[in-house]
Amino acid sequence: MQLPRTMFDKIWSSHAILEGADGATLLWIDRHFVHEGSFHGFGILRQSGRDVARPDLTFGVADHYVPSTPGPIADAEVAGMLAQLRANAQAAGMDLLDRADPRQGIVHVAGPEQGLTLPGLTIVCGDSHTSTHGAFGALGFGIGASEVAHVLATQTLWQRRPKTMRITVDGTLSPHVVGKDLILAIIARIGTAGATGHVIEYAGPAIRALGMEARMTICNMSIEAGARAGMIAPDDTTFAWLRCRPRAPRDFDAAITAWRDLPTDDGAAFDTEIHLHADDIAPMVTWGTSPEAALPITGIVPESSDYMGLDAGTTLNGLPIDRVFIGSCTNGRLSDLRAAAAILRGHAALVPGLVVPGSMAVKREAEAEGLDRVFTDAGLVWGEPGCSMCVGMNGDLVAPGERCAATSNRNFPGRQGPGARTHLMSPAMAAAAARFGRLVDIRTLA
Amino acid sequence: MTPFTDLTGQAVSLPVANVDTDQIIPARFLRKPRSDGYNHFLFHDAKLEQPDFPLNHTAPAILVTGANFGCGSSREGAVYALVDAGIRCVIASSFGDIFAGNARKNGLLALVLPEAQVARIHAMLPGTVTIDLPAQRLHLPDQSVIAFEIDPFQKRCLVEGLDEIGSTLTHQADIAAFRRKDEAARPWATPA
Ligand code: SF4
Repeated sequence: MQLPRTMFDKIWSSHAILEGADGATLLWIDRHFVHEGSFHGFGILRQSGRDVARPDLTFGVADHYVPSTPGPIADAEVAGMLAQLRANAQAAGMDLLDRADPRQGIVHVAGPEQGLTLPGLTIVCGDSHTSTHGAFGALGFGIGASEVAHVLATQTLWQRRPKTMRITVDGTLSPHVVGKDLILAIIARIGTAGATGHVIEYAGPAIRALGMEARMTICNMSIEAGARAGMIAPDDTTFAWLRCRPRAPRDFDAAITAWRDLPTDDGAAFDTEIHLHADDIAPMVTWGTSPEAALPITGIVPESSDYMGLDAGTTLNGLPIDRVFIGSCTNGRLSDLRAAAAILRGHAALVPGLVVPGSMAVKREAEAEGLDRVFTDAGLVWGEPGCSMCVGMNGDLVAPGERCAATSNRNFPGRQGPGARTHLMSPAMAAAAARFGRLVDIRTLA
Repeated sequence: MTPFTDLTGQAVSLPVANVDTDQIIPARFLRKPRSDGYNHFLFHDAKLEQPDFPLNHTAPAILVTGANFGCGSSREGAVYALVDAGIRCVIASSFGDIFAGNARKNGLLALVLPEAQVARIHAMLPGTVTIDLPAQRLHLPDQSVIAFEIDPFQKRCLVEGLDEIGSTLTHQADIAAFRRKDEAARPWATPA
């Protein structure tokens, strides 16, 4: 009889081609996403005189440098990055979700939408938030440029087997408390290196109750706890979301039968187990320059930070802000925009802000519901899909010293621009910050 | 890749935990071609904002730093910036996983030591340190010598300066055999 196995064990062993003498495993890679920044990987590949081995399993997405305004690109370097991706895609003969393609979006939003992300797959991308795809019960992880080149050349990757961690969340999330709050609470609890060397499986009733978009938010930020990947067992919620996606399996029911074997067996052992209660979690906000520096909105800044311009003892609730950013691969999906719009509908924002849908599909659906009007009526800018102010590569930057309420995933120094002060929070919390010009506890609005 | 066997050089202390790759190289420089060198981008903003930032005054070969160095973004540019600035070894009690993988691919030794040993080394710096990777020994400024553990795969890649793609391609037959079985077992894994 076989020992009980974790979902991670099952996916790992079904992709293991061979074991090296020194303990590394050669893994088969089912999907490889590349973006503008992957040009380093293509460069290494070219230098080695090799070609893309499996263009049919390689998918290009324009996202990091895509301007949030339509039309010609003023910045020649930004235009060059997009042109370079196009040239690499063409030379390799791979599919490209290019700027203005109706399928385009941030790689971690558009990939799942296309049905390219499926349970049981190995998925890599030269981007640390590839952990997002684990929401479907896939093993998705970020890689560096040399590994991008290795996957391009061989469709395989050498990896050390990571450890496993299960985070079980019991209970029910309170009203106005969402996936973003849950993952920030988890990171605050285990720390930004708390899961280094591990793959996290999120489990328990509070996770099962979440829709796919919230599951993606949670898996997305696994890397912010240091994890290699985050995953959630596929279930009927997953299957319903995936059915009819353009690139999903034709014989979908046969696939479901296979996917039902993926979840962790009863009695399977994890290297680390963590338990949380969803009922204890409040809307969360970060105050420092690491995602672990997160507190309930009712919290008090525990230590002074010159960079953040905060004194110890400052109450987060009521802290004035200068700008909001709603978007990113963490919180740029339709349910996120709906939550933000619900707070802003009929109100003017007191500070400027940018709302960027995560993909063209999200943009179309949001516009069909009139969400874009809610934001523009409030005085916010409605942008074209891409990474935008999450990382500022396309020129959407927070000014030095400005305090930004952001729905993205990183509050590192300089992340949104040199000197930018980022506070991470949920879409509804960011929308409320826009409406009042300060951080507010959305539970008091209802 | 340049093989890494032994190294003697100036070691400098940067006693900060959770140094993320956005700080090591800000995102706006990642569009630059590698051929021009990435050394100028290393800690670009921190060097400007903090006049006493250690790397403003020295160009060490070895950086000794705090826990969880290289966390965050997967950008290999962080390793390019370190290597192009002449840093061949970073010592910390832990590293971001993706950073550690990137380091291994670029001849940068990401050396993990127990927290207490790292603290002891910080106290001796700046100073000259010798790393003997094949023997797994570290010669410290106070003349003491400590042995260290290293993942055998990481060690082999560094010492041999391994062309990983080339060596993987010697397993073509295994990969093809795996795929024949795998395609039959997981027909749903092929994109429709
Ligand atoms: S939205 Fe931000 S975190 Fe997500 S892929 Fe783009 S830059 Fe990375």
